[in-house]
Amino acid sequence: MSDPTRSPGPVAPVARVAPVAPIEQRVAAIESVLDDHGMAPGEFIVQAAHLVEEKWVPENGARVVARAWTDPAFRSRLLADGKAAVAELGFEMPRHHRHLVVLENTPAVHNVICCTLCSCTAFTIIGLPPDWYKDLEYRARVVRESRTVLKEMGLDLPADVEIRVWDTTADTRYMVLPMRPAHSAGWSEDELAAIVSRDAMIGVARL
Amino acid sequence: MDGIHDLGGKQGFGPVRHTVDAPAFHAAWEKRVNALYSLAVRLGVFNMDEYRHAIERMEPRHYLSASYYERSLTSLATLCVEKGLVTRDELERRARGAFPLARASASGRSNAPERERFRPGDRVRARADHVPGHVRMPAYIRGKTGVVVGESPAYPFPDAHAHGVDAADEPTYDVRFSSTDLWPSSADPAYVHVGVFQSYLERVEEPATSGA
Repeated sequence: MSDPTRSPGPVAPVARVAPVAPIEQRVAAIESVLDDHGMAPGEFIVQAAHLVEEKWVPENGARVVARAWTDPAFRSRLLADGKAAVAELGFEMPRHHRHLVVLENTPAVHNVICCTLCSCTAFTIIGLPPDWYKDLEYRARVVRESRTVLKEMGLDLPADVEIRVWDTTADTRYMVLPMRPAHSAGWSEDELAAIVSRDAMIGVARL
Repeated sequence: MDGIHDLGGKQGFGPVRHTVDAPAFHAAWEKRVNALYSLAVRLGVFNMDEYRHAIERMEPRHYLSASYYERSLTSLATLCVEKGLVTRDELERRARGAFPLARASASGRSNAPERERFRPGDRVRARADHVPGHVRMPAYIRGKTGVVVGESPAYPFPDAHAHGVDAADEPTYDVRFSSTDLWPSSADPAYVHVGVFQSYLERVEEPATSGA
């Protein structure tokens, strides 16, 4: 018998939805759909693994930076038209990346890139974006609290350095040209490329 | 749309979880998803603007709790259902459980009727537009004034391209804003540059009061 003094409590939903399928099962389901339509997803997954692991790596951007540090004419071309200049070194960008803007750091100016709306980057040049770049925290905060965020990430810029944040909201892509460290005088291009990190080309580290 | 994805300037988030040499992927399925969505783009099943918009249309609680590649998967699956490659029932049968998808799309729009060519140094304002469909103007510049510092080649107009609406390609402008104009008295001083489609911009003739 029901107790009339008790509140009825929340009404149970009429129909419970099924539990969400584990993510691997959802991926397999969509892969099977593409397969049904003759898109050969299995082959493409293998090709794509090669691209993300071996072709679209930060070492590409590092070579671009090292060349810019050692060849002033290349540096000028890179700053004028990044996409054409990286193509000189054999690096391609997807068709929808129609413009690469290279942002030169100086003792007085520090550049940092982000994508507040999603995760856009010049991934064929500086590598696929790291996890933290795509996280909510970086996307929300770096445009508004740039100096604080950089400091939290280990880059404590002098107070007189001007910060320039670049939000990748269209299909133009950006990369930072870091300052060449003073201790690298006389190094070869290969030695220089070895010290250029993805973080430095994003602009959250200095070399 | 003023979606949950439009995160620039939102407050309350903690430290960036930064590690040196951080990975792009954490699990094998993430690489598969990344490959599958890019295959669908290559084969013309949908374009990048449709793909981005289907992520933005995710129910906000789902968006915020999903990992990056779960968002990617959700967009891919949503578009495969919307394009008629599979029904949702069939997808869920194959997944052996529920398959959360993004919410339905609103309508798109074509280019602004009045568009102007700008040059570096021109002062511009981001139009105070509120659009129900896809848009690539972050809300934090809406109505704000800045200075053009660069121009790109013409791109498909996302507000149309994500919705199958006809539109002309148009250039984007790198526009420099001052963080202290964007968020008066509550931002670290800096210049914030945003890639802004021509349709989102109007010329400002009079000098602004502060130095963007």
